Amino acid sequence: AMSSGGTLSILRSDSYAELSQYRDQHFRGTRYDQERLLRKSCTLYVGNLSFYTTEEQIHELFGKSGDIKKVIMGLDKVKKTACGFCFVEYYARGDAENAMRYINGTRLDDRIIRTDWDAGFKEGRQYGRGRSGGQVRDEYRQDYDAGRGGYGKTVQ
Amino acid sequence: AGQPHKRRRTSEPSEIEERLESLICRVGEKSNSSLESNLEGLAGVLEADLPNYKSKILRILCTVYVWSARLLPEKLTVYTTLVGLLNARNYNFGGEFVEAMIRQLKECLKVNMYNEAVHLVRFLSDLVNCHVIAAPSMVAMFENFVSVTQEEDVPQVRCDWYMFAFLSSLPWVGKELYEKKDAEMDRLLSQTESYLKRRQKIHVPMLQVWTADKPHPQEEYLDCLWSQIQKLKKDRWQERHILRPYLAFDSVLCEALQHNLPPFTPPPHTEDSVYPMPRVIFRMFDYTDDPEGPVMPGSHSVERFVIEENLHCIIKSHWKERKTCAAQLLSYPGNNKIPLNYHIVEVIFAELFQLPSPPHIEVMYTTLLIELCKLQPGSLPQVLAQATEMLYMRLDTMNTTCVDRFINWFSHHLSNFQFRWSWEDWSDCLTQDLEKPKPKFVREVLEKCMRLSYHQRIIDIVPASFSVLSPANPVCIYKYGDESNRSLPGYTVALCLTIAIKNKASNDEIFSILKDVPNPNQDDDDGEGFTFNPLKIEVFVQTLLHLAAKSFSHSFSALAKFHEVFKTLAESDEGKLHVLRVVYEVWKNHPQMIAVLVDKMIRTQIVDCAAVANWIFSSELAHDFTRFYIWEILHSTIRKMNKHVLKIHKELEETKARLARQHKR
Repeated sequence: AMSSGGTLSILRSDSYAELSQYRDQHFRGTRYDQERLLRKSCTLYVGNLSFYTTEEQIHELFGKSGDIKKVIMGLDKVKKTACGFCFVEYYARGDAENAMRYINGTRLDDRIIRTDWDAGFKEGRQYGRGRSGGQVRDEYRQDYDAGRGGYGKTVQ
Repeated sequence: AGQPHKRRRTSEPSEIEERLESLICRVGEKSNSSLESNLEGLAGVLEADLPNYKSKILRILCTVYVWSARLLPEKLTVYTTLVGLLNARNYNFGGEFVEAMIRQLKECLKVNMYNEAVHLVRFLSDLVNCHVIAAPSMVAMFENFVSVTQEEDVPQVRCDWYMFAFLSSLPWVGKELYEKKDAEMDRLLSQTESYLKRRQKIHVPMLQVWTADKPHPQEEYLDCLWSQIQKLKKDRWQERHILRPYLAFDSVLCEALQHNLPPFTPPPHTEDSVYPMPRVIFRMFDYTDDPEGPVMPGSHSVERFVIEENLHCIIKSHWKERKTCAAQLLSYPGNNKIPLNYHIVEVIFAELFQLPSPPHIEVMYTTLLIELCKLQPGSLPQVLAQATEMLYMRLDTMNTTCVDRFINWFSHHLSNFQFRWSWEDWSDCLTQDLEKPKPKFVREVLEKCMRLSYHQRIIDIVPASFSVLSPANPVCIYKYGDESNRSLPGYTVALCLTIAIKNKASNDEIFSILKDVPNPNQDDDDGEGFTFNPLKIEVFVQTLLHLAAKSFSHSFSALAKFHEVFKTLAESDEGKLHVLRVVYEVWKNHPQMIAVLVDKMIRTQIVDCAAVANWIFSSELAHDFTRFYIWEILHSTIRKMNKHVLKIHKELEETKARLARQHKR
């Protein structure tokens, strides 16, 4: 990251609203395109949800940073059931920024959830990309997580 | 940092600037015994650099008041001491610095930056303590400030600001000014008293969080500050909270030549002047609330004023960075002399409950309190629980808007801590009428908690005795659902519709099915040619919402798919109102669903804001009038309307501008 020079930059710091290191490998376009979209996006990816967390709960929590345009639940590609992630799209970027600042890293359904900028929903992106149909992280994890189907798929 | 082709200009001077800025900032970071030697050393370094980098050093130091104001408010005196040491070594530099600060002050006042201006005035006042500015000239400036109260036909808030700038500097410099110019100061204070007596205070009841004066009166901010200054004067201007490094350098500083402030004329009031709004001071704690810990400074002590100012400053600087904000609040100096956790909690609730609006988005305060609990798990949660209890006890006199914020905060907070709470402590509310503030508060909290979890969870977390306050199970009520309802008019059409929709019928097919529905208003003629058929609306909306009841997304899809049918049925105002009524009948157990459906229907122009307002204020909803969800819907509707008006206004202005440009050609 480039330094902005001087210590007054501390006043301008907004680290929670910055882009993370993650880039979608399936994104159609250049890195530059993706980053450009991320920087003006009103859509957030939300991860580490319980499989039982509902759209209603998500709407209530994320509605605290502004009016929500759409919630798209992440689904297991095979079972078509919730698989622990979703997209939240706001009408205004400022509202999405506030979600990154104040909802990211807090609890929903007793779980610490994580939000990140998303380049924008496209049909097909609502499905898990793991071999078994859920998310990739649930393929390989070793721990037991009652809210996410128990053990990881390779363990099962 | 987004354009890789733009290169940053690097040059030797900017490296020097960074080094100087960083040195200057760091000297204020630690207030321990090495502070004095750090200051001494830094003054030496800067003095040596002055011949080559004077303008840069001047510029950096002029922004220092911003740091001391925003980043490290309690370190204002560290930086004034630094300037004092430089002035002692280089009189001309001191003079140029003072001139630059005055220019900044004038600029700030011209562009309505009144918060920055207050800090500038405070900084200048403390320069008197550092022997940079001569006390009589500071008194003269304050005389000009106070004389603003004699201006005619100016807004009261203008006079208020100049009064505030004067009074709020006195904790720093009152002692020195009084010692040098007691007669003039007495005159100023007497003028202050008479201004405060004659100024209007009709805003006070509007801004008070509680209507009751017990246990803590909600004082008007200038009245409170005046009481604090009067007490300070009675205590012979002895102020013990503010750190004063210049005291250690007295022998050096008292040798310095002082500068006279140039005569300062407050810029006149203009049409563009926008002054800060008046406030009411929020108080919820006093020394009795923490009997084990350090004594909390009294409400009329100047220490209380300084602490609160500084804590508010920290939030104002770091609101976007919650971890930094929490850390900065907790590292405010004096931790063992003041009950810091109580001050922090009080200041945060002061902002959360501020009327008309909090300075920052409500959810920020929830998350900030959670961060504070993480950093101080052994002490802060207890203070927060004590605060919650106190707020509950005083619900009877709390402003309704503040109660709403309390409900939102408490339910969201609980959802981060497995909804653990000693509900039995609040059993007293069970014996009260359900419409009284305490039981109503608990009901609304439980309803909001349910939205963040699920119905059974709420039943499980409260004692059985609280079931009377528990929210309804948010299920859909379909009037045509049971065979026993088959005598209801429209029942067969509802069945038909259900089958059709399940078979992916088009809008046209729906219209043709609905044609068979009789119109109970057959004989009415509204003269406009629209046939408002409430039964058609009822059958269609009930059936559709029932089929789509599974989730918000299902319902939104249904609204989208059959948008044409909705628009036609709800063409008239009566139609719109009836749609809303039916939505309510179906989903009255699930206020959250009603809210999102109303929002969607406004956005897709099935209903309009006026229809929503009529529906909310209709006699059918009178029994729900004091329920939180009604006001949520109303406020949300008004917000959408406002945004829409702003958007259209902007488009109008842009079109006018385009037209004007065309005419010019």
